[in-house]
Amino acid sequence: MIRFLLKGILRDKQRSLLPVVIVIIGVMLTVFLYCWLRGILNDSIELNARFNAGHVKIMTASYAKNVDQLPNDLAITGVDTLLIKLKREFPEMKWGERIHFGGLIDVPDSRGETRAQGPAAGFGIDLLSGDRSEIERFNLEKSLRRGRLPVHSGEILMSEEFSVKLKVNPGDTVTLIGSTMNGSMALYNYTVSGTIVFGTGPMDQGSVIVDLDDVRNALDMNNAAGEIVGYLADNYYDEEKVAHVVTKFNSLFPASNDEYAPVIVTLRQQNSLGKMIDQIKAVGAFAVFIFVLSMSLVLWNAGLLGGLRRYSEFGIRLAIGEDYSHIYKTMIYESVLIGLIGSLIGTSAGLLGSLYLEHHGLDLSNMMKNATILMPAIFHTRITSTAYFIGFIPGLLSTVIGTMLSGIGIYKRKTAQLFKELET
Amino acid sequence: MENSTLISIEGLKKYFPTSGGRFTALNGIDLTIGKAEFTGVVGPSGSGKTTLLNIIGSLDSPSEGRAVVLGQSISNLNPKQAALLRRSKLGFIFQSYNLLPVYTVFENVEFPLLLLRLDDNLRRKMVMDSLEWLGMTDKVKSKPAQLSGGECQRVAIARAMVKKPEIVLADEPTANLDAANSHNILKTMARLNSEFKTTFIFATHDDKVIGYLKRKISLVDGKVTMDEIRNN
Repeated sequence: MIRFLLKGILRDKQRSLLPVVIVIIGVMLTVFLYCWLRGILNDSIELNARFNAGHVKIMTASYAKNVDQLPNDLAITGVDTLLIKLKREFPEMKWGERIHFGGLIDVPDSRGETRAQGPAAGFGIDLLSGDRSEIERFNLEKSLRRGRLPVHSGEILMSEEFSVKLKVNPGDTVTLIGSTMNGSMALYNYTVSGTIVFGTGPMDQGSVIVDLDDVRNALDMNNAAGEIVGYLADNYYDEEKVAHVVTKFNSLFPASNDEYAPVIVTLRQQNSLGKMIDQIKAVGAFAVFIFVLSMSLVLWNAGLLGGLRRYSEFGIRLAIGEDYSHIYKTMIYESVLIGLIGSLIGTSAGLLGSLYLEHHGLDLSNMMKNATILMPAIFHTRITSTAYFIGFIPGLLSTVIGTMLSGIGIYKRKTAQLFKELET
Repeated sequence: MENSTLISIEGLKKYFPTSGGRFTALNGIDLTIGKAEFTGVVGPSGSGKTTLLNIIGSLDSPSEGRAVVLGQSISNLNPKQAALLRRSKLGFIFQSYNLLPVYTVFENVEFPLLLLRLDDNLRRKMVMDSLEWLGMTDKVKSKPAQLSGGECQRVAIARAMVKKPEIVLADEPTANLDAANSHNILKTMARLNSEFKTTFIFATHDDKVIGYLKRKISLVDGKVTMDEIRNN
């Protein structure tokens, strides 16, 4: 009997190919949308994590309270010792020292007079020690537009947009005018080694990147850093793992009244990122829910129509002596088969598309030029374990439920009408 | 008529609810139908022919009275038991053939045997036998769309006969056929009737069918007005 039904399914394209194609499309779109939304969330988190927040960030207690003002006078001192301890106690984490600073970039003319000047947000990160973690985290090599990365002390990277604004080219000298850790004026000359495009509006408008030791020299921050950022080894923000790190850190460095004592904050606790994560998650979950629901309705309807189309076949089968429950069961088996095949193919297709965009991304930088918040310009999908089964909700469940509902009509069918119904 | 009674009907009434009350389709039918009969229930539209066929075929149940088919009271059958009776002992032939279009001739005829869960070899033999009775062995692999109306009805008869049922119920089996095909089909059914002693019961108002009947039961307004044995 199963073989007989299978033959029917395979030969009747409207009973097999059409529903399978509908299921494939629905499932593929569901999986892709889910991965897309997860990707947006992940990209937004990781962008903020890479450039600013880390998965966790360690600062002094006072620095943490005034972090918006970049108070380098409250920076962590004795960083070397602290880092050794962090690396020993948290082998699952990668740590990096950073100094955020603000200042003016002054561009002199041939006579040493100011030719152009602009406010800059600076990052002091490790560029020259040979550890390439921060270079990769900031994606500097791929972001390079002109020139090269710094290879010597005294070199600076400028955002392309900023360099164009100040009419500065690689090889030119610029002067950083800022304030030292101790509050005195800092003037330090750098040679522009290259320009970069971050792909995010705020970063591209006026950023400079300098090797950490050069910033320390300029701002008198010997063995000090404003922040130590920590990243989970797999580079994906995981709230459970991060919570574990925080608990352990707090046991190693108990809270005290010392305003220079190190404190740890998570990505969620910075720059309203927690709220943003929750909102994106909520919007994403809602969008996925709506989409899954609408796909479910489509596939449910397909199941319903499939049942109605075979009204006369079921009539014949009833008349010949097949009982209601047997016909109903065979309908369910068919829909399980179609739902399963469609869901498997649709999920595979959705995952393949997602996999491509997970690696290559979709460049929307032209649309993000005027963005004022830190948003990724290249969107990637993100495949999570949920992506492997979410398509089965509309693909299998809805198809089967649709068929089950349409099949109820079989039980309502009056055999007494069969001769009349089958006349036409 | 042979002696063995297959169908016994006493005081059979069938009502259908209508907006203004109820419509009486069958109004006190008393009948017995024996083995190997070639009987027709004849009458104008609305006389109750199909309703009577429905009850004999366990597709419907009486409102009043008794209908006993092959020893089973139709009123007492639940849907599963009714389906079992149809599946094992009754064959149906419809006006519009009602073959399953995606299946071949062989598969259409095989379908009732699949419901009886017979093994492959036996099934194959029974299907081929049935098609041979109907002269359709050369069309085994054809689909219904590739057959003429007459051939389709032959396949439908083969499907009804394949399990060698006790009773075959045929509702206007020649209504969609031309005269030549009608006669062919009727001759075939008459042959099967005499060869296998299968009881055939027709619902018809077609004179061509009536011409082949050995017993003609006339119905008017749900009542038997004439029950006539004929010498065909």
